[in-house]
Amino acid sequence: MTAYTATVTVRLKGGVLDPEAETTKQALERLGFELEDLRSADRFEVDLEADDAGAAEAQATEMADRLLANPTIHDYDVEVTEA
Amino acid sequence: MTVAVVRFGGSNCDRDAVRALEHLGIDAEIVWHRDGLTGDETGIVIPGGFSYGDYLRAGAMAARTPILDEVWAAAEAGTPVLGVCNGAQIGSEGGLTPGAFTTNESARFQCEPVHLRVENPDTPWTAAFEEGEIIEVPIAHGEGRFEITDDRLEELRTDDRVLFRYCDAEGDVTRAANPNGSKDNVAGVLGADDHVAVLMPHPERASLPDIGPTDGQGVLRAFE
Repeated sequence: MTAYTATVTVRLKGGVLDPEAETTKQALERLGFELEDLRSADRFEVDLEADDAGAAEAQATEMADRLLANPTIHDYDVEVTEA
Repeated sequence: MTVAVVRFGGSNCDRDAVRALEHLGIDAEIVWHRDGLTGDETGIVIPGGFSYGDYLRAGAMAARTPILDEVWAAAEAGTPVLGVCNGAQIGSEGGLTPGAFTTNESARFQCEPVHLRVENPDTPWTAAFEEGEIIEVPIAHGEGRFEITDDRLEELRTDDRVLFRYCDAEGDVTRAANPNGSKDNVAGVLGADDHVAVLMPHPERASLPDIGPTDGQGVLRAFE
């Protein structure tokens, strides 16, 4: 078994309204920044043990499917590195 | 024979639900989620509140507690199940009903009376109403915006699974009458069966005559 860190990034699907990102964008603009757009995402760093990187990715993917993301509104990606 | 009102840490409409049901002469009692269900409940309410502090997403944690498996089993056996507000978020997170409830378009918590148009009167939850009837019930949520893919929304419409839509006092379903940006103004939907429903507005807060309007009684009468 090897120690891995799986990074799961969960973001809203394209086209799904993100009121918090819009509010953040407006606050940045009030601070004088100029920006075209802003998107937010949640990042989870999961430390786990697995036989290989593929097994670690499979575990993290199941975590995303079953809890970390809501498939109705979210897309996610998983990246695995050796810890 | 009793309606179980499931309490999680952070539920706060559980007592209101019991009081409203008892006002209608329906036996109801609060059940702590870890105590589980007995299996002979006559109905189940998943009440409003902020279970698990809305961590991750509203309803996400409660939807993955063991009692939800029992709620599923009861629903499949024909027991009426109603999720209100946080209960609606739990129901959709747990797959009892379609779609998702997420951050209001305003990005704010909103607590206000709204008008709802009865879309489908042929369900236990709407049998007290006529099709197109306008009722007044309060909302109180920060994450009540109904989201669903266009394809799934079309299926819901075709299958008559939408219970209520936000409307103005005249019954017109308009963008201005949509308090939270919900897709197609949807305020409440049915699950796979007619006896499973979720809605963001609070019928239990519109059921006691001493407090104000009582249109919510019609929804709760499904448990009679």
